[in-house]
Amino acid sequence: MWKTIIRRVLLMIPQILILSILIFILADFMPGDPFTGLVDPNLDPAQLDAMREAYGLNDPLPVKYVRWMKNALQGDFGRSFNYQQPVTAVIAGRMGNTIRLSLLSIILTYLIGLPLGILAGRYNESILDKTVLVYNFVSFAVPIFVLALLMVWVFGYNLNWFPARGSISVNAVTQWDKWMSQLYHLLLPSITTAILGTTSIIQYLRSEIIDAKVSDYVKTARSKGVPIQKVYTKHIFRNASLPIASGFGFTIVSLFTGSIFIEKIFTYRGMGYLFLQSINTRDYSVIFVLALFYGFLGLIGTLLSDVILMAVDPRIRID
Amino acid sequence: MGFLEVRDLKVHYPIRGGVLNRVQDHVKAVDGVNLSIESGKTYGLVGESGSGKTTIGKTIIGLEKATSGKILYEGEDVTNKARSRNKKFENYNKDIQMIFQDATSSMNPKKRIIDVMSEPMRNYFNYTPQETKKRVADLLEIVGMNAEAMYKYPHEFSGGQRQRIGVARAVASDPKLIIADEPTSALDLSVQAQVLNFMRRIQKEYDLSYLFISHDLGVVQHMSDDIAIMHRGRFVEQGSKEEIYKNPQHIYTKRLLSAIPDMDPTTRAAHKVERQRVEAEYDAQETDYYDPKGRVYDLQRYDEEHYVALKPEEPNASLQNENVNTGGGN
Amino acid sequence: MAVERSLLEVNNLETGFRFGDVYHNAVDDVSLTLENNEILAIVGESGCGKSTLATSIMGLHDPKNTEIKGEVIYKDLNLLDLNEKLYNRIRGNDIGMIFQDPLGSLNPLMTIYNQISESLEYHSDLNEEQRRARVLELLNQVGIPRPEQIMKNYPHELSGGMRQRVVIAIALANKPPVIIADEPTTALDVTIQAQILDLMVDIQDETGSGIILITHDLGVVAETADRVAVMYAGQIVEEAPVEELFANPKHPYTRSLLNSIPHELEDDDDELHVIHGTVPSLQKLPRKGCRFAPRIPWIPEDSHEENPVLHEISPNHKVRCTCWKHFHFEGEDE
Repeated sequence: MWKTIIRRVLLMIPQILILSILIFILADFMPGDPFTGLVDPNLDPAQLDAMREAYGLNDPLPVKYVRWMKNALQGDFGRSFNYQQPVTAVIAGRMGNTIRLSLLSIILTYLIGLPLGILAGRYNESILDKTVLVYNFVSFAVPIFVLALLMVWVFGYNLNWFPARGSISVNAVTQWDKWMSQLYHLLLPSITTAILGTTSIIQYLRSEIIDAKVSDYVKTARSKGVPIQKVYTKHIFRNASLPIASGFGFTIVSLFTGSIFIEKIFTYRGMGYLFLQSINTRDYSVIFVLALFYGFLGLIGTLLSDVILMAVDPRIRID
Repeated sequence: MGFLEVRDLKVHYPIRGGVLNRVQDHVKAVDGVNLSIESGKTYGLVGESGSGKTTIGKTIIGLEKATSGKILYEGEDVTNKARSRNKKFENYNKDIQMIFQDATSSMNPKKRIIDVMSEPMRNYFNYTPQETKKRVADLLEIVGMNAEAMYKYPHEFSGGQRQRIGVARAVASDPKLIIADEPTSALDLSVQAQVLNFMRRIQKEYDLSYLFISHDLGVVQHMSDDIAIMHRGRFVEQGSKEEIYKNPQHIYTKRLLSAIPDMDPTTRAAHKVERQRVEAEYDAQETDYYDPKGRVYDLQRYDEEHYVALKPEEPNASLQNENVNTGGGN
Repeated sequence: MAVERSLLEVNNLETGFRFGDVYHNAVDDVSLTLENNEILAIVGESGCGKSTLATSIMGLHDPKNTEIKGEVIYKDLNLLDLNEKLYNRIRGNDIGMIFQDPLGSLNPLMTIYNQISESLEYHSDLNEEQRRARVLELLNQVGIPRPEQIMKNYPHELSGGMRQRVVIAIALANKPPVIIADEPTTALDVTIQAQILDLMVDIQDETGSGIILITHDLGVVAETADRVAVMYAGQIVEEAPVEELFANPKHPYTRSLLNSIPHELEDDDDELHVIHGTVPSLQKLPRKGCRFAPRIPWIPEDSHEENPVLHEISPNHKVRCTCWKHFHFEGEDE
C-alpha cells in the first residue's frame, strides 16, 4: 500500500507541473491586466507601460513562468496587486474561514445523508423512502445559487434566524463570543452546502443497500440464523458503504470548490470569495495560486479516495 | 492443411508492479498453441476455467491481441488483423464469426431482430431491403423460428431463443468458421438440446466448421470430430474424439474424464474408486507430465490423429535415469 | 403412541409470489419427506420452483411479496408458524444451507474465520478460544489445507473450490441434522465438482445428517442421491429411489429430460431429443390439468387425469398423472 501511495505522490509532481503551465497559459489569455481600470486615467500611457515593464508583465510567457516557478520553489508565490501583500499571506488570511465552512459542511452532509440513505434503503418503497426520494430529486434539480439565494431570503431576511452575510460579527469581543459568532455565521452557508451534497450520498447508499439486501451473502448470513438487525449492521451496511467511503475524497474536493459560489452569495470571506474577487480585479498571482491549489486538492482527493478504498475493501490491495 | 492455421500462438498479459509500475512478469494465457481448421469439421476445445480456451477464440476473432505466433487464413497472415478496416481482410472478417455464452449481451436491446441480423449482411453484401428480409426469414427458419420474430426485440425471447438467434446471426454473413464459446452453458438441458441440434443442422447445410469451446465434456463429445484438451495455456492432448475419450494418454485428460459424473447410479461406488485412483495418480505423477516450472510439455505424435504432451526423451543421462525409474511414463 | 416421524416433512407446501394484487404459486402443493442419513435430490430446470422450495423451508422469503401455505414439520414444530426469533434458532443450528455461487455467498469484507465463527456465535456458548478450535476443526473437515492461514484470508483470496468448501464449513458449523444444498457445484469446474460432491457424501456418512440436494444436473443426481424428486412447473412429477429413477423413468418429463442429455451420436443424422414448446411463465401457468400436457401434444387428451395427483405405482415410486401409461416419444410407436 505504501508503495502505491509513494508512487502516486511522485506522480503528482509532473501532474502539478503540467497543471501550473496550463493555468499560466489560461491566465495569460484573460483580457486586461492589474492596471486596467485601476490606474488614474490621466496617467501617461508611456508611464503605464514602464510600470508594466517594471513588473515584468511584458516579458514573454515562458520567461514569466520560469521566473514564477523559481520564486515559488523558494516559497515566494508573488504579491497580490490588490492587497499589496504576499499572496501566501492573503490566502492564509482567508483559509481559516473556508476550512471551517468546509468542515461543518462535511459533518452536516454526512449527518443528514447517512441516516436518510440507510433508512430509505432499508425500508425502500415505504412512505419514508418516497419522501426521501422527493427530497433527493429536489436537491438534485435545484442549482446551488437558487438554493443559496432562497436560504438567504427566507432564513436570513424574512425570518431573520441567521445572519445572511459575513463570517463574524464585529460586536464579538471575547474569544468565546468570537467562536460562537463564527459558528452562527457558518450555519446557513454550510446547511445549504450540505443539502446539495447529500444527494449523491443518499442515492448511492440507498441503491447499494437495496442491492445488498438480496445478495447471496445476505442469504448466507440469514441462513446462519443471524438476527435481521445484525445482518444489517454487520453485512449490509458495511458493504453498502464502500462507494460512500471511496467517494469521501471527492466529496471534500467538491465542497471546497462548491464553496466558491456559496461564499460569494453569503458574502462569506473565504478562499472562494477571494478567488472570484481576484478574477474581477485581474489579480493574477492570487488567481494562479488558488487555481493551482484547487487542482492540487483534486489530486489529493483522488488519492485519498483510493487510499480509503484500499483500507476498507480487502479486495483492493495494491502493493 | 486447413483453411485456418494457428501457429505457435502466444497471448501473454503483463503483470505490473513496484513503485515505477514496470512489467514484472507475464500471465501466459495462451502459450504456444497450434491448430489447423478444415472445412466442415468441428473442433472441440476443452479446459477448465482459466485454461486459456476462450482467449484462443477471442484472439482468432480479433478481440485479443496475439503476443507472438501466426494466424494464417488461406495462407495469408492475418495475425491481429481481424476487425481491421482494411479491405484486404474483409473476407477474413466475413468468414470467421463468433457466438458467445450470453447472446443477450451481444445484442442491442433497442434494435429489432431484423436490425440485429441484417447488420452483418449490410457489411458484406449489397442486398435490397426485400432480399434482406427474405434472408433473415430464411435464417430464422433454419433455427426453428417464425419469420414474425424479426419484428420483435431481444428481450421478448427466452434464453434459448436468443441463443438460436445468435446462431442465426453468426450464419448471416455466410462464414466458414464459427467460434462458439460455451454457447449452451447458460441453458437448460432441454433447451440446450435444441440449440445443439440446430448447430449441427446448419453445419451440414453450409459445410461450416466450428471451434467449439466448452468446459462440458459431454457436450463437446456430442458435437466434435477433433478435440484438444487445454491446461495452463497449452494443449495437453489433441486428437480425434474417439482417441481422446477412449484412449486418453495424458494424466490431465484422464483426470478430467474421470471427473465427469456417471449417469448410472448403480456403478457409483466403482466410479468413485476409479476417480480417486486417477486423482491420486495425477498427484503422484504430476512431475512426469509437467516440466519443473509446471509448464505442459510440447505435443508429441502418439498415434495417427493423436498427439500427447509428454516429457521429451532427451539423451541427457540424468533424465534418462528418471525415465527408467518411473517406467518411462507410458 | 408416538408415530415415527421423518427428520423433515414438507406437507402441501405452496409458495406464491405477488404480481400486482394476485399471488402465483411458484411451488404448488409440494409434499416430501427427508430421513436421517439420506440425500434427497430435487431436480428440475430453471423456473420449476426447486430453489423457491429451498428458501421456503428456510423461511427466507420477503413476507411482503410472498404467501406461503402448508407445513414444514421439523421436530414436531411447523416451522412456518414460528416467529422470526424462533426461526433464527432453527436456521444455521438445525438446518444448514449451501448456496450456488461460492463467491457471492461469502461476505467480501469479512475474513473466513469471522464468517464461520458468526454461525457459532448465535447458536452456542463457545468462547472465543473454543470457537477458534471449532473453526479449525471444520476447515480440516472440509479439506482445506493450511487452515490456520486460510481462516485469516478473505474470500477473494481463495479459489472457487476452496470458497465452496468454506461455504460448506459454514453450513456444518453447528452440526445441523438437515442440510439444504442449492446447486452447490454448478459454478465449479468438473474436477472440483467431483471433489465437492465426494466431500458432501463423506460428510453425510460421518454426521448422518439428511441432505436436500437441489440441482439441474442429472449427472450430479446419479452420483450422489439416494432418492430423487423431479419437479416441473412447481410440482413434483416423479419421485423414486435413484436406481429406480434412472433405470425405470416413468413420467414423460423425466423420460424426455434423460433423452436430451448430450451423448455420442451413433449415426451422424441422429439428433438430441427436444421437448416441444417452452415452460409457461408463472402468470400463464395453467392451474388445472396435467401441466406437462401442452408439451406432449401427440398424446391424446383423455390419457391425462383431470386433476393429476401422485400415484404410487410401485413401492416408493410415485408418478403424477396417468399420462405416463400412454406416453411414447413423438414418431415412435406406443
